[in-house]
Amino acid sequence: MIEIRDVHKSFGQLEVVKGVSMSVAKGEVVSVIGGSGSGKSTLLMCINGLEPIQKGNIHVDGIDVHARGTDLNKLRRRIGIVFQQWNAFPHLSVIENVMLAPRKVLGLKRSEAEAIAEQRLKHVGLGEKLKVYPSQLSGGQQQRMAIARALAMSPDYMLFDEVTSALDPQLVGEVLETMRMLSSEGMTMIVVTHEIAFAREVSNRVAFFHSGRIREIGPPEQVIGSPQQAETITFLQSVL
Amino acid sequence: MFETSLIWNDLWFMIQGAGTSLAITFWAVLGGTVLGIALGLARSVAPWWINAPLGAVLDVLRSVPLLIQFVLANSLKSIVGISWSPFLIACAVLALYTAAYCTEIVRGGILAVPKTTRRAARSLGMSYRQDMVEVVFPIALRVALPNWIGLTLGVMKDTSLVLWIGIIELLRSSQIVITRTQEPLLVLMIVGAFYFLMSFPIARLGARLEKRWREND
Repeated sequence: MIEIRDVHKSFGQLEVVKGVSMSVAKGEVVSVIGGSGSGKSTLLMCINGLEPIQKGNIHVDGIDVHARGTDLNKLRRRIGIVFQQWNAFPHLSVIENVMLAPRKVLGLKRSEAEAIAEQRLKHVGLGEKLKVYPSQLSGGQQQRMAIARALAMSPDYMLFDEVTSALDPQLVGEVLETMRMLSSEGMTMIVVTHEIAFAREVSNRVAFFHSGRIREIGPPEQVIGSPQQAETITFLQSVL
Repeated sequence: MFETSLIWNDLWFMIQGAGTSLAITFWAVLGGTVLGIALGLARSVAPWWINAPLGAVLDVLRSVPLLIQFVLANSLKSIVGISWSPFLIACAVLALYTAAYCTEIVRGGILAVPKTTRRAARSLGMSYRQDMVEVVFPIALRVALPNWIGLTLGVMKDTSLVLWIGIIELLRSSQIVITRTQEPLLVLMIVGAFYFLMSFPIARLGARLEKRWREND
């Protein structure tokens, strides 16, 4: 369970997250929608401690992410994250990209890591590309590789930060398909996205962010189907 | 018919000079690279109050003509009273000079690794050290290598300046031979060929590594 309580996050003078509270239960898929700069991506970075916060707290399975004694490297094994830029390690082949963290962080043997990596890559449909280098993959394939790389750590949670925003339109589908598969397998997911139709289809709940706050949160039929707030209506009209 | 008074002994003399040039190059590049990696690493992470003075010192080393540095160091040695041989002075000065350039090459390579890539590494639970060793260094190496090869080739040619502090390296040995044979054209052509033979393998090695890496990236 991820519990976010009254989180404030500033970059210098600029406060981008202004008191957000929400919780995500095991097995739940929560989509976060909202305009650029509404603080939704930043919140994601705070959940696995990539960004410090100024106020409030975030607990993942009862562990306070931003407490002084928290071992973030250990915590991050359980929270996979996939970014807008796919961030392949260019000097490693596809399978080595996926094997790296299991070997170095979990201390698995080469053969064990290889087996896991191969299984995850097949799962996301890259079974034919194991020995290839990332530069020879399309954007969609690189993004699926990034998903497999996160999954190789067998995380309990997966965070997705606008993973289709940097992709060519015809490549978006394959990545969404992979995420759809994960959600059907019961993975707990927080999905920051501009794909409203996708959010509506896979989410248990949808949160609409506006200028650093949650304006509306609830089942997709409610938030996307019949939004109550003026900002939500304006936003949905602009993207649909 | 082509005639020359150049004898095998002259050639052997120049080969020994080339050996000295190579030895100075070797120690200067080795020392300069080790120091350059350490300083480059430091510069890429250090706060400004370390970076600014360090950068200033390196700027001086890079801006003052190498010849002046050789002569100054060689004279200072007598004033300060260290009994280093000119060969040692040459290696030390050239190593510092190499380090000044190498520092910027290393720093540039490290800073060329995208922040987002490093963030991805950390998000997988990798420590700062693991991120450095497994992700940053390999990527930085690929960025830095062509520049480092260029630096090494440059340093090899810069060794010719040490003749001014009385070391008989390749160029100096050729001048001695010229004084005797009075055939500057032929001798200088031979010396040029020597420098080429010394540089070519390094350039080739660099090109091969680059090609192998490019196939992957």
